[in-house]
Amino acid sequence: MDLLRKLEILADAAKYDASCASSGTDRRHSAGKTNGIGSTEGMGICHAYAPDGRCISLLKILLTNACIFDCAYCINRRSSNVQRARFSVDEIVQLTIGLYKRNCIEGLFLSSGIIRDPNYTMEQVIRVARRLREQEGFRGYIHLKTIPDADPVLLDQAGLYADRLSINVELPDETSLARLAPEKDAGGIRRSMGRMRLAIEDARDRRSRRFAPAGQSTQLIVGADATDDRRILSVAHTLYGSYGLRRVYYSAFSPIPDAAAALPLRPAPLLREHRLYQADWLLRFYGFALSDIITEPTGNLALTHDPKLAYAYAHPEAFPVDINRADKAWLLRIPGLGVKSATRVIAARRHRRLRLDDLARLGLAVRKLAPFIITADHFPRAGAIPRPSAPSRQPDLFQ
Amino acid sequence: MTTIRLGFPADWAGFRAAARALVAANTPPGQITWLVGDEPDLFADNTPPPANDAPITVPRRFVDLAETTIMANDPERFGLLYGILFRIHQGEAALLHDAADPAVHRALMLAHAVRRDIHKMRAFLRFREVTDDGGTRHVAWFEPAHHILEANAPFFVRRFATMAWSILTPDRAAHWDGTTLRFGPGATRADLPEDDRFAECWRVYYRAIFNPARLKLSAMLSEMPRKYWKNLPEARDIPELIAAAAPRAGAMLAAPPTPPRPARAPPAPVTDPPTTEWEALKRQAGACRLCPLWEHATQTVFGEGSTTARIMLIGEQPGDQEDLAGRPFIGPAGQVLDHALRAAGLDRPALYITNAVKHFKFEPRGKRRIHQKPNEAEIETCKFWLDQERAMIEPALIIALGASAARALFNRAITISRERGKLIPLNGATSALITIHPSYLLRLPDEAAKRREYAAFVRDLRLALPYMA
Repeated sequence: MDLLRKLEILADAAKYDASCASSGTDRRHSAGKTNGIGSTEGMGICHAYAPDGRCISLLKILLTNACIFDCAYCINRRSSNVQRARFSVDEIVQLTIGLYKRNCIEGLFLSSGIIRDPNYTMEQVIRVARRLREQEGFRGYIHLKTIPDADPVLLDQAGLYADRLSINVELPDETSLARLAPEKDAGGIRRSMGRMRLAIEDARDRRSRRFAPAGQSTQLIVGADATDDRRILSVAHTLYGSYGLRRVYYSAFSPIPDAAAALPLRPAPLLREHRLYQADWLLRFYGFALSDIITEPTGNLALTHDPKLAYAYAHPEAFPVDINRADKAWLLRIPGLGVKSATRVIAARRHRRLRLDDLARLGLAVRKLAPFIITADHFPRAGAIPRPSAPSRQPDLFQ
Repeated sequence: MTTIRLGFPADWAGFRAAARALVAANTPPGQITWLVGDEPDLFADNTPPPANDAPITVPRRFVDLAETTIMANDPERFGLLYGILFRIHQGEAALLHDAADPAVHRALMLAHAVRRDIHKMRAFLRFREVTDDGGTRHVAWFEPAHHILEANAPFFVRRFATMAWSILTPDRAAHWDGTTLRFGPGATRADLPEDDRFAECWRVYYRAIFNPARLKLSAMLSEMPRKYWKNLPEARDIPELIAAAAPRAGAMLAAPPTPPRPARAPPAPVTDPPTTEWEALKRQAGACRLCPLWEHATQTVFGEGSTTARIMLIGEQPGDQEDLAGRPFIGPAGQVLDHALRAAGLDRPALYITNAVKHFKFEPRGKRRIHQKPNEAEIETCKFWLDQERAMIEPALIIALGASAARALFNRAITISRERGKLIPLNGATSALITIHPSYLLRLPDEAAKRREYAAFVRDLRLALPYMA
């Protein structure tokens, strides 16, 4: 099989992993060096965007799509009829360095189907990373998928070469996991995440060794089972607190070629995934509690409007908020006002009593904010928040 | 009018020198014409620029903003920046903090556009490899919207220091030979070499990584606007990917499930049978679902130590670190305990150390977990394991660390201050000793109290010495 065909199969097999981040690692560069290549400068770079709206920052591929597991939602499951392929270490190194030199990528995100056993698989993945770092002098970004329950010695090696490590939880509910991914062991995943957090923190505190400076992340699949948003967010919240994750990715269950019979008939709306990201942000950076966010009796986020608007609709008595007086926590509750804008508002109002056109100059979406705020020249009636007449929706292929 | 002629579009040093002299001479913004290179001067009768004599102070914030804004492709930028500097110098010291001021707002917007252009150049510039008599070089063609080439070239040096490369733009070009960065005249797109073999690789990857079941064009277009497409090899595939997306996704949904590939199920992972009674018990406890605490915890943290120990220590429950590592008393409280045990002359490896409750109970709070006290029911339920550990170890002395451990041992609420520091006979040949939990020492704010309580803790532990033998 030629290299391009392998690339086609093994990139296709990797695309259901949402993560493509290349940020938050230590700074490295090649200036003054005589060999090797690459740099990382804190902020990641998205080198392209696919028509699915996702950033392409890394060469995201599997080492092989052969797998001994039979997870129903996965295109690479044992019983699937997809064509199988396997890269050699040389081939991945050649692709990574070649594309990096053309400024197409920030680095490599390497994952793999489980072949033979966890330790063997982990070793194969590590071999690629070691070659890149030690022989090619590659200073770009490397994200490795960690295989649950692989030997701790292997985990240490993976952390030495990788910037980021990740294990996907995929299904937050144990019953679903048992039904759809019978070989996966939720306990093993958590134990590995716990071990990674200890190693990451130890390396950061003692600085005597290198271990995944860009931390760890995970992914939850949304809509492959009946788990509601409340539970998904609560699991994510626990995962953030327990394992110091940089990110929890939410991936709307997507139809795959050659789907298993155990899967739902309809894909999850992309909008649900989007709402979960919005809610995740409110929980982490805006001081919202889970009970503020889930206002629907179904336990799901409203699809028709974002979770901050949902909060405002559920608490009309709290609005309008005075832009010139409210503290930061309250500014952050105003629909349409983000963390950066709140900081800008607080800085600007030291100099003047803000009016609507001042807000426009601060880059705020005045039309969206207007019903929820009081300014020096704008006083909407208390408790008169309009409900949107027609829900605005982003185009969704299947709805 | 005073005319200032700058050397090139983003001539920061020239602007800086001129602006300092003008401010020092109190020249109002309206009386200055800013020109770049050989732009014709429409005002013939010129006042010569003032000589730079009086030193002036310029806020750091202004320098940061101006260094970026000066790269903007906007003929008004010099006047705008000078106007802001002039006002700061006239007494509006905090002007730059007021983003709602129209001039500051305009400068911030320009700086933002420049930064975005710098970022997009780093993202969307593509090198092509050429090999000729001079060796292998990488050449790229990029059309920046602002005057950013000089400022951005060092990024490519840091990244591609060991390659020889050229970045061609319509106005100027940057050339790196492995040691020196040179700037030269602009070029045209025709100067760019042919696609190399990796362009096809990249297009194959781009097509394969796209998921046709989730078309989100607005998200793509906001980050990768059409103006960049003409220089991106992968963008040639976008129209076809979009057109085929709906039929491809529809076909996936319509396709009936195929018969599963007859693949051999993997052999069940081999686990060696437990070699000891303790090992067997620990494994059973590892799957415990007797109360809901397992659900959010990482793992069961079972007791460990010598199974022939004469002394058994019971704590409350595993904490954050213990939950992650799967071992009791290894976190901050564990370190206090280790210290106190040594001070009391007790050898930790000779003891058996466990907890009343085997899962960590907590409340997630941002990136941390806040410890929560186990309730009576949880302590009661978890005695299932504690009793078996006790029966297996048959200790001569049990030390209960804190109230939860004491409750597990005596089945009732115990006031530690009243019962601590004395040996209490239990049924059979076993005695009990109650003392504080070491985490109590960590919570004391006052250093003197900490020392006093630590000494009392060690004193309590010393009562266990006769049981070591």
